[in-house]
Parts: sequence; C-alpha cells; structure tokens
Amino acid sequence: MSAQAKRLDRGGRIDRATPVNFTFNGKTYQGCAGDTVASALLANGVHLLARSWKYHRPRGVIAAGAEEPNALLQLETGAYAVPNARATQIELYEDLKASSVNAWPSVEFDAMAINGWFARMIPAGFYYKTFMWPKSFWTKHYEHYIRKAAGFGVAPVDHDPNRYEKTNAHCDVLVVGAGPAGLAAALAAGRSGARVILADEQAEMGGSLLASTQTIDGQPAAEWVSAALAELATLPEVRVLPRATVYGYLDHNFLTIAERLNDHLPLRARSANRERLWRVRAKRVVLATGAHERPLVFGNNDLPGVMLAGAVSTYTNRYAVRLGDKAVVFTNNDSAYQSALDLHAAGVNVVAVVDPRSNPQGELPLAARAAGIRIIDASVVTEARGGKRISGVQVMGLTANGEVGGSAQALDCDLLAISGGWSPVIHLSSQSCAKAIWSDEKACFLPGKPVQAEVSVGACAGEFTLNAALAGGLAAGAQAAQLADFETGVPATPEVRDPLEQPMLALWRVPSPAKPGRGSKAFIDFQNDVGVSDIRLAAREGYQSIEHTKRYTALGFGTDQGKLGNINGMAVLAEALAQTLPETGTTTFRPNYTPVTFGTIAGRDLGELFDPIRKTALHGWHVEHGAKFEDVGQWKRPWYYPRPGEDMHAAVNRECLAARNGVALMDASTLGKVDIQGEDAAEFLNLIYTNAWKKLGIGMARYGLMLKEDGMIFDDGVTVRLAENHFVMTTTTGGAARVMTWLERWLQTEWPHMKVRLTSVTDHWATIAVVGPKSREVVSRVCPDIDFSKEAFPFMALREGTAAGVAARVVRISFSGELSYEINVNANAARQVWDAVMAAGAEFDITPYGTETMHVLRAEKGFIIVGQDTDGSVTPQDCGMGWAIKKTGDFIGRRSFSRPDTARSDRKQLVGLLTSDPNVVLPEGAQLVKNPNAPIPNPMEGHVSSSYWSANCGRSIAMALVKDGFKRMGETLHAPLGDGRVVSATICKPVFIDPEGAHQNV
Amino acid sequence: MLLITCPWCGPRAESEFSCGGEAHIVRPKDPDALSDAEWADYVFYRTNTKGDHAEQWVHTYGCRRWFNVIRNTVTYEIKAVYKPGETPAGGEA
Repeated sequence: MSAQAKRLDRGGRIDRATPVNFTFNGKTYQGCAGDTVASALLANGVHLLARSWKYHRPRGVIAAGAEEPNALLQLETGAYAVPNARATQIELYEDLKASSVNAWPSVEFDAMAINGWFARMIPAGFYYKTFMWPKSFWTKHYEHYIRKAAGFGVAPVDHDPNRYEKTNAHCDVLVVGAGPAGLAAALAAGRSGARVILADEQAEMGGSLLASTQTIDGQPAAEWVSAALAELATLPEVRVLPRATVYGYLDHNFLTIAERLNDHLPLRARSANRERLWRVRAKRVVLATGAHERPLVFGNNDLPGVMLAGAVSTYTNRYAVRLGDKAVVFTNNDSAYQSALDLHAAGVNVVAVVDPRSNPQGELPLAARAAGIRIIDASVVTEARGGKRISGVQVMGLTANGEVGGSAQALDCDLLAISGGWSPVIHLSSQSCAKAIWSDEKACFLPGKPVQAEVSVGACAGEFTLNAALAGGLAAGAQAAQLADFETGVPATPEVRDPLEQPMLALWRVPSPAKPGRGSKAFIDFQNDVGVSDIRLAAREGYQSIEHTKRYTALGFGTDQGKLGNINGMAVLAEALAQTLPETGTTTFRPNYTPVTFGTIAGRDLGELFDPIRKTALHGWHVEHGAKFEDVGQWKRPWYYPRPGEDMHAAVNRECLAARNGVALMDASTLGKVDIQGEDAAEFLNLIYTNAWKKLGIGMARYGLMLKEDGMIFDDGVTVRLAENHFVMTTTTGGAARVMTWLERWLQTEWPHMKVRLTSVTDHWATIAVVGPKSREVVSRVCPDIDFSKEAFPFMALREGTAAGVAARVVRISFSGELSYEINVNANAARQVWDAVMAAGAEFDITPYGTETMHVLRAEKGFIIVGQDTDGSVTPQDCGMGWAIKKTGDFIGRRSFSRPDTARSDRKQLVGLLTSDPNVVLPEGAQLVKNPNAPIPNPMEGHVSSSYWSANCGRSIAMALVKDGFKRMGETLHAPLGDGRVVSATICKPVFIDPEGAHQNV
Repeated sequence: MLLITCPWCGPRAESEFSCGGEAHIVRPKDPDALSDAEWADYVFYRTNTKGDHAEQWVHTYGCRRWFNVIRNTVTYEIKAVYKPGETPAGGEA
C-alpha cells in the first residue's frame, strides 16, 4: 500500500506539505504534521491496533480523544517509554516509535486469542473463582501467568531522563475546554479584564468546531475559532494553555492541570521540562468539557472498523482520512446522520443508516435521505461480522415492545459508525462534589447542583446544540467575571443555525436474537472485555450495587475509567435488576480525569531534593576523617569512623573501648535545643515533664521525661537552668520538631496566660561530647577558665566560660556512664573548638565516635532511647524510671498512671537479656517465647528492643520489653528466629557495666 | 487543597497547615477529681461529627500559631476561623 493511501485528496487540518515518518510495530509509515498516531495509521489503512485485555480480540480505534479504550500503545522504548498511551491523543512527530500492547507474539497473530474461543469459560469473576486454591500457588504460578497474559503496557525501568516542574497560579475564571462553549466563556470573561486561564487537552483549540461543517456568523466554524483565539491573544490577563488537561477538581476551587510541553516533539528535539503541573486556585470555574458519544451494544461491536459516529466525522473532516469504502451508520439519534452526510461528501459509499426509530423526520435524516442515503428505520444492527476488520452487519427489525423480529438482512461494509447518544463529560463537576442527576429526557447524567464556585456549559451540561453552547458559554463567562467583581455584560450570541432534531430513542443494548448464553459477545467496556453477559451474570449471582458489580466485572476499571461503557453497563444492570437507572446509581468520578505520569506529580521533589538534608557544623570534619553516615530524621550523623582495614564491628569495638578506658568525643549537635524564657518557665516545665523543676538550682541540669496525656513516654532530654527564668531544653534528635510543636501548642491553646517564650536554637549551638576517664584532662586544657575539679564542677552542673577562646556552656552530663562533658558553642565556631579538643586529647589518643558506639555505650548502662526501647505504649514505670516522677503536683500524663491498664503490674517491662551463648547477638525486634516448641500460635512474652556486641563486656548484651519482666529475673526465654535458629537468653537487670555509677563519680 | 484563612497571615493553602483535631477540649483543672471513664473521655474520645466541626489548626509553615476552624466535614466548607479564646462570629464554639 502506498503512503497514506487512505488520505482524502483534499480537506482536513493536517499539513500535507510536512510529511512525518513513524514506526508502528516495526513497520515504517508516513503521516502528516497535525495527525495523531491514530489518524495517521487510519490514513494508512491500519485499523487493527491492539488486542483486548482478556480475550485478546482484535481491536481498532473507536474514538478520537481521551475516551479511547482500545488503541493503547507502548510509545517509544527505554527511558522514554510511555505505557498505554492513547493513539488518539499522541501527536505525530518525526521518528515516533509505537507498538501494540497486550499482543504476543504480534497484534496480527496473537497466541492468547485462543482465550476468545473459551470466552464462556472465562466469565466475570473468573479469577476470583478459579485461582483460589492452593493458596501457595497464587504468588508462584497464577499471578505470574495472569500478569503475563493480562498485562497492558510495560512501565519503563530506566531512570526518567525528563524534567518536570510545578507552578502555582491564581485566576478569576478558569475555563476548562476550548470548544465552542469554552471559547465563548473565555471571550466573555476575558473582555472584562478578569484574569482568565483557558485550558484544553488538545494541541489545537476549538474542540468539536475543528471537525464541524456548521457556520458561525456566516463563516466556517474553524474561522470563528481563529478569530476568537486572535482576540484572546490580545487580552493581557488571559492565558491560553493548549495540551493542558485539567485532571483534578479538588476542594475550595483548587484544580490541577497537566500541561504537556514537549511530548509532541521528536525525541532529539526535546529539552527542558516535559510537563508542567499547574496548581490553580480559581475564583470561578466554567466547565466546558463537552460530551462523549456512547457506543451501541450488539454482537461483535468491538470489531476494528466499528467506530463512534462523531469520531468518524472527526477523522473524515479534520484529518482527511477515508475510513472505509462501504459504510453503515447505526444510530438511535439524529446527530450520526451528520456523519453519514460527512462520509457521503467524502465520497464514501454509505450503504445505509440503521435507526431503531420509526420514520425519523429530523432535519439531518431528511438531508441524508435527500442525498440518496438509504434509511432502514425501526431496525437495529444485531451483530457485526468479520475477523480483523468488520466485513458486514446483520440487520433486523425492532418491534414496538423492544424485541427484534422479522427476517434478517445482511449488509456488507468495512466501516460501521455507531451512536447511542451522548454522555456529558461531568467528571470534573462530579469531582467538585456536585451529585450527578439523571435526565430521562436526554438519557444521560447531567451535572448536579454546584457545590463549589463552578458552572457547566455546553455539551457537558447536556446542551448539545452549537447555539446553546455559544450562548451558554458567553453568559457563563460574563457571569463568572461579574461574580469575581468585574463589570461586564453578556455579548450577543453569534448567528448559528442548528438542525432541528427529533428525540433519541434510548437503546442500551440491542436485544440478541440468539438464545440466552449463545450468540456473539456484546461488549460494554471494551478495555476490560466486559460484556452484557458478564453484568447479567453478576446480577444473577446477587450483585445489586453498581459499585460491587463494577469490582466483580472490572467494568470501568481500565485506564479509560469507563468513559464509554459505564452508562451502558449501569443500564444493563438496571434492566437485569428490573429497576430504573437512577435507582441503580451513578458512579462518582474521582481524579484523575486521564492518567497523569508520576513525574508530573513528583515534579522536582525527587532524589536529594525530596527532603532537606541537615548537616552539622562539623560535617566537613567527619567527611574528611572517613566517617560512615547514618540518617537520623533529616540529619546526617556520623555512624562510625573506620580506620583503614576496619569493618564496622572493629571500628565500633575500638570506639567503645576508647570511651571507657581513655577519652573519646562525639558530635552531639543534632540534639534538639529549645531556649525557654519567661517568668512561668519553671512552672511550664513542671507540667511538661514528669519531675519537679522549680527548685532546680541556677547552673544545674536535670534529666526529664515527657509524656503524652495517655501516660506514655513521648520524648526525653536534659534541661539546664541558666537563670531564674531561663532554661535550655534538649530533646531527642528525631523528636526536636515534634517537641517544639507540642510545647507551642500547650502554651497557645491551653495555657495562654503563662509568660513563656520558646525559641528553637538547635542549629545555633554545636555540641561536642567529651567522654571517658581522661575527659577532665582534655576539657581542662580546652577551657582554661573553668574549674573542672570534682568539687567545683559536680555532676549535672553547668559552667560558662570559653572553649578554645569561644564563649561556651559546658555541662557535666553523661549518656555513657563515664565521666563526660558536653561543650556547647556557637555553631559557627564548632570546627575551631573541635580541633582544639582533638589537639588537647592527642596524647590520650582521643577517639571520635559515632551513633553506633553511642548506642552501645548507653545500652551497657541501660539508658533508653525513646522510639527504640519505647514505642508509644511504654510508661516511665515500664522502663523502671519511676525515680523520674515527682510525688506531688500535676503534669501531662500523670492521671493516666492510675488507669487500670496502666497500673497493671504485669505490663511489658524493660529488662536486660544475656544470651546463653555470649557470642550470639540477638536481632532487634526478635520475639520472645517461653517454649520454642509450643504449637503456633505460640504466646509472645516480649520482644528485643536493643541488642549489641559489647566490647567492654566481652559479650553480647540486649534490652527487651517482657511481660511482667521485673518479676522474672533469671528466667530463660527463647527467640525463634527467621533463619531457624532458636536463641536462648536469660532475663537480668538492664545495666551491664558499673551498676554503682562509680565511673562518673570521680 | 483547602484554602484556610490564618487569623494572623490571611488565606493560605492547606499544605502550609497541620490539623490538630477536635477543638475546645479543655484539659481538666483537677484530673484527680475525674473518674477513669471521664479521664479516658478527655484523653481518647473525640466526636466524629458529620457536618460543622470545630477543630484546631496550626500554621506550621507560616506563623506557627494555633487557631480554631469550623469546617463542614461533608462539604469541607470553612464556616469560621477564630483565635484561641475567641468564639466564632455568629455562632457558638
């Protein structure tokens, strides 16, 4: 076949001077600039584009826009691959490569088409019913087979090389859709000076007018479009967005638009951003989203060559495609007669128009008759026939009581244009929470009463004439501008003459002349291969609700979300249940209107830009000294510092030994810090913490536990008192923001009378912990103006002075049980002070250590880490920390201690565990049981919360939360592990080193 | 994406805020005077209102101030916004 053999000699909006080469299923074709892949393939006589999902039946293009359920293609390969792209919406570009999805080995010969022969054995719910047993077969066999057989396109596995961006916009009026109603609305609103955004999913604005043969003010419709766009371009506050799909209508008039910036360009010409996500807050919204034509339901209605009548006109008039040589039109309404006339005008032999109505007298049927087109009235197409392309139809009479009868006649054809009426595109209206209303008169759902500041106009409001679209659009645009406080009037409606139409005859499915269970399959949802018989089966099996039926049959679950099939499906279910369509219910449309690529939703929030990375002032030093890092919240914290040849285990052992035997230092800057000032500061802490604060001496520090009102531990840390009304609180690294918000909330909402001011100073201060028996000697050299003697600087005291010449707050506290000092300095001076500590400690081989060693050191002493040894269900008493609770006075969480469940003595309690084999380190999270051989379910006695190898103890140590654990000292429990081992361990107190606290009492 | 009017900063997108749940739950002055059931009601129980619902919000990525919102849980319409200690205009909290 020569290039574009099915291209009409004249007409259309394609650019014949610009041929475009592309590849489909490995074969090269030529189209024109302005084509879609669908129109270009049709212009080359290619109608078979896909295989269906379940039965692998041949499928072709049925529609011309977003509603297309069949013609899904795998576009491009590798990183640029797009799965399930609709051929009807892919703009053709040079060297485009596309292939069929769901066909193996090829779309022409599909091995899985054998499923079609067994269609009666693969009814709705087949997978639910068949692949149930044995359970283990599901993941290993069934799922693999089903996925291979039933897959749509293939998602790319390569990193997406494209960039995406997001932008925010506010406007007075957002107009969705640039057909006649939308253009009219944008003009009327734009002329007022209002900020208007007009978005349309197509490359070319104009919608239905681009294929229309009607005139507006005596001009061809397309010329009116050009003039409207030219005027909009002169209005500075109007923004026109082509290739922009408004896919979400969210709360408070917030709408999301996916604008495709370069998908229409050859791959090599693409640069910058692929798509832009517009996040629009609109004062008013005008929805002008048009309507989708409904298919008619009869046997083999899915054959390639069966197309919606409106799409037939679009391909004929807009793309200049000769869709066939012999066409039949089957319609229950007047609009498809226009398609018959369009085909006739293009030189296609229109064999007949089949119409279930008797003697149609509308203007268009009369015009068709006048053009010599045969009309077979009071009749229906009961079945199409053909293989990979329709070759003919069977036509029978339709009696007044809705049954087929009389003798059948066969008509040969290679194109069947069908129209079952029109469904307004109410998706966005429905998303905005307006509840759709069924109209018996128009046989469709109409947009419901607006809930948000929106209005629907034109075909999406059920106003299908051009005059109504223009008049409604102009009025709605002007009114939207007025409601957004702009003064304007409604422009006069242009001169338009619509043909007089007769009412349609609702025909949800053609009665089958065959016996029940026989006859060819009549499809409702093409993409998911849902037929009339499947919905009837669902009804027979007891499915009453459309929502359940949808899930059982997969009706409307495809990438097209049932744009074509849902209404027919509901009507068939309503009939099977002997109830009306509105009783059967509608379906609630949810975002997204059409699929949106993840890249657009992610935008730039990817990789290292996904979440901020926080680094301490000493980060550079850690990097220079080979630290391995651990993520703690957003922070990068040194995990351990391996020396050459050391693994993590060796490095941590060395660091742990140094801290207990010599001196070591750690960057503790990530601890949350809150500066608390005000005359009620101490009283505030009394309520926030479990212990008493009023009598804390100035220059002294205290450990505090913070609870929620349920009595469970929420955070902990040391707070120092700098002055009568001035404290600095430290929080856990991960809890800093949470605690700050918690404190602010109590002050603002519950205790606004308290005079307390909070300032987060986490980033302002660097904290260097100097730990170990030699720490006093080191800090004495670094801070010569502070007396570090035991008597002058006791445990839990704070002293102010200088460190390496920098103003410093030094606190003698310990998270390791060793003599230990924390030097706090201005973060900007951190490196200078750290270097001075390193230099002062050089002769003791001062050792930097990371979070892993910190964890081991504190576990050796049984100190908890909130969030590791506690999980939101652990009280202070459960941790053996009753000593931190004051005896009198209220605080947050106290009352919950006496709740029966909290007061139980046999709660899970924090204990130590020593494994029978000292060389075995229990995995954290391991569950503990009494008898590892007991039958399942084996009662759980508790779980391991912390577990390490302790170089200082020369064995493994662990902490665990065990039921009634305090009373079970010496009992042996067992941890059955995933690898089959069972580790035995004995319960002990969770202090493994220096239980008397002698190390820090020096 | 709700549009929430912060009483201090003006209308801002929902993504700048965090919701703190039901408003006007007063911490008991004397928790010891409460029965376990009464205390549990304060700590754990919240109304699941269909319709106008008073709730606390905080302008997390703005002024960090807490305030009260009357929001319809069906339509998501925001009927009133008022500061702590205030009562909503034309209604009771």
